[in-house]
Amino acid sequence: MWDYTDKVKEYFFDPKNAGVLEEANAVGEVGAISCGDALKLMLAVDPETEVITAAKFQTFGCGSAIASSSALTEIIIGKTLEDALKISNQDIADFLGGLPPEKMHCSVMGYEALQAAVANYRGEEWQDDHEEGELVCKCFGVDAGMIERAVRANKLTTPEQVTFYTKAGGGCLTCFDKLEEVLASTNAAMVTEGLIMAEEAYRLGSVDPRQLKTKAKPGAAKPKTDIDQVMAKRPPTASAMPPASAVAAAPSLASTGRLTTVQKIRLIEEGLEEVRPFLKKDGGDCELIDVDGSNVYVKLSGACTGCQMASVTINGVQERLIAKLGMPLRIVPVS
Amino acid sequence: MRTVYLDNNATTAVDPAVLEAMLPYFTEQFGNASSMHAFGSAVGAAIKAARQQVQKLLGAEFDHEIVFTSGGTESDNMAILSALEASPERDEVITSAVEHPAILSTLAHLEKTRGIKVHVIPVDKKGMLDIAAYRAALSERVALVTFMWANNETGTLFPVVELAELAKEVGALFHTDAVQAVGKIAIDLKSTPIDMLSLSGHKLHGPKGIGALYVKRGVRFRSQQKGGQQERGRRAGTENTPGIVGLGKAAELAMLHMDDEATRVAALRDRLEKGILQRVPSCFVTGNPHERLPNTANIAFEYIEGEAILLMLNRAGIAASSGSACTSGSLEPSHVLRAMDIPYTAAHGATRFSFSRFNTDADVDHVIEVVPAIIDKLRAMSPFWAGANEKAKDFKPVYA
Repeated sequence: MWDYTDKVKEYFFDPKNAGVLEEANAVGEVGAISCGDALKLMLAVDPETEVITAAKFQTFGCGSAIASSSALTEIIIGKTLEDALKISNQDIADFLGGLPPEKMHCSVMGYEALQAAVANYRGEEWQDDHEEGELVCKCFGVDAGMIERAVRANKLTTPEQVTFYTKAGGGCLTCFDKLEEVLASTNAAMVTEGLIMAEEAYRLGSVDPRQLKTKAKPGAAKPKTDIDQVMAKRPPTASAMPPASAVAAAPSLASTGRLTTVQKIRLIEEGLEEVRPFLKKDGGDCELIDVDGSNVYVKLSGACTGCQMASVTINGVQERLIAKLGMPLRIVPVS
Repeated sequence: MRTVYLDNNATTAVDPAVLEAMLPYFTEQFGNASSMHAFGSAVGAAIKAARQQVQKLLGAEFDHEIVFTSGGTESDNMAILSALEASPERDEVITSAVEHPAILSTLAHLEKTRGIKVHVIPVDKKGMLDIAAYRAALSERVALVTFMWANNETGTLFPVVELAELAKEVGALFHTDAVQAVGKIAIDLKSTPIDMLSLSGHKLHGPKGIGALYVKRGVRFRSQQKGGQQERGRRAGTENTPGIVGLGKAAELAMLHMDDEATRVAALRDRLEKGILQRVPSCFVTGNPHERLPNTANIAFEYIEGEAILLMLNRAGIAASSGSACTSGSLEPSHVLRAMDIPYTAAHGATRFSFSRFNTDADVDHVIEVVPAIIDKLRAMSPFWAGANEKAKDFKPVYA
């Protein structure tokens, strides 16, 4: 039995705007017959203002498909086409208080129907580019298609990066085998296409999942933030985040006396300043408290506190500083 | 609110008499049957009695042909693995397209990891096996033939005795997954060439976590779970005494109620089908109406989706089941209905009502009363529905 929210139940049992809209001048018809969903979205658009004055739907599908369709109509009525197009499938899911991971595709169908209806209104042809794959990560509702797209777009080559970008594997990690398989096969295809070098490609079994520490926070995968992009540009050698023990054991450049303490602190401050705008974008911040040997004490604030992704952020910042100073460092968060 | 449980092919209510029989084995009769003292011997006697109760239900010749397991899935796995190990010179298996995942997933895994060849025999639109294809697949390379006795989704029965006779002709072992058949139809294994049979306790008002594999005397068997000498060395592990006692009692009760199942329960099922078919347009019964279990009705409602039907039924206090993709979390509708070539728009709306001896006439009345309105409501929302017996022709979705 699915764990549907009360809102989903409400919009399923008593859907708003179900039926045929006779005066519709924009119609979107989408569906995936294999998974048993089809949706016809009908809109009445004011030609002067491009405001959606009425919306109705007909849906062949499960409870959450009907609820998502109804929610979509409620969200878009009164909006201009431009504003309506900004709505994502996550907005539909959020409106319903969330959907089970296996059911997120229902909200995607609503999103696609809207795109199709607007294209229909504008006399354009709407092409479906949505590909669904087998659900890999049940904790965060990430399917094989999403992983493949993230791997290709960002040239990911390690399972940890996949978790970082998509959240897949950030929960119970029982999907590791499947995640690894998707990564390896995508990398193999990328090698054939000349997108990455053969030696960069991930090899099945080359990572021990017991070593993976990355945990993602609940909620569906959201679009990458800029800090993710920054971290994606790390040199390939640093792509696998070294465990703290390895960092501590590495020969310390500081002990060779190449950097004075003042130089070191200045570089650390500079590095942190480069990262802070990205943290702020996500509603967080960090500040340097102290440096002791190779330990850098920072205080995380705002959205960073209590965020389960904080450890990921710290790892990323740590790598950035390591690259900048050319010496092993360990970031220690203090409260 | 009135609640009507019509999902007995998923699981059944434990009969109060079964629970009563089990309870002492959680308390004073806690002994280990292998122990050399009074605590052990009392338990050993109870297990023997239960074995004989199951033997009787199956019409087996000997009680030692019954091996207790944790349920249908373990029994199915055990039968397949044992058969392949016992016939190392043969590396092919024959099965059908409509088996339970306990069979199909296991065989798919063995195909991938051990390179065995699996012949999957198709079925027709009524779910009946393609006997010609089966005959063509039979050869002396076949180690095991495994066909279910009754299909869990449609209730369709396979002629397993005849199928087993054909397997004998090439010297292959014959196993049947009879999880849905045992307790619902009369079975007399001693008069058949069936070598192995799987059953599950919770499908016949027994507890969950207990089942059995029947292994005909003389059939080469290779134990899969290693350890102690329990079950004559065929299934190691300290016996699940309360479960075994419960299964024994459930088997005894199933024999008592067998006639009731075949007549009264079948009449309830037939009345439900008739009532729905008369009141709801564009729906049909799947499976073979003449060769099926007395308790199962599978009705495909066209142009609407099964999970939505189940949610509405649930709100009306009715528990049923669906072949729709959305209830399982997979993207495909039931492999059984797809194998029967039922169109997607009907397969997604297939709803299974499965009865037990605890159902009544009033249950049927309630379902017949609420189903038409539910179907109407969902069809009014469906873009595929344009009125009775007519599919909406102007609806052409862009398919993902």
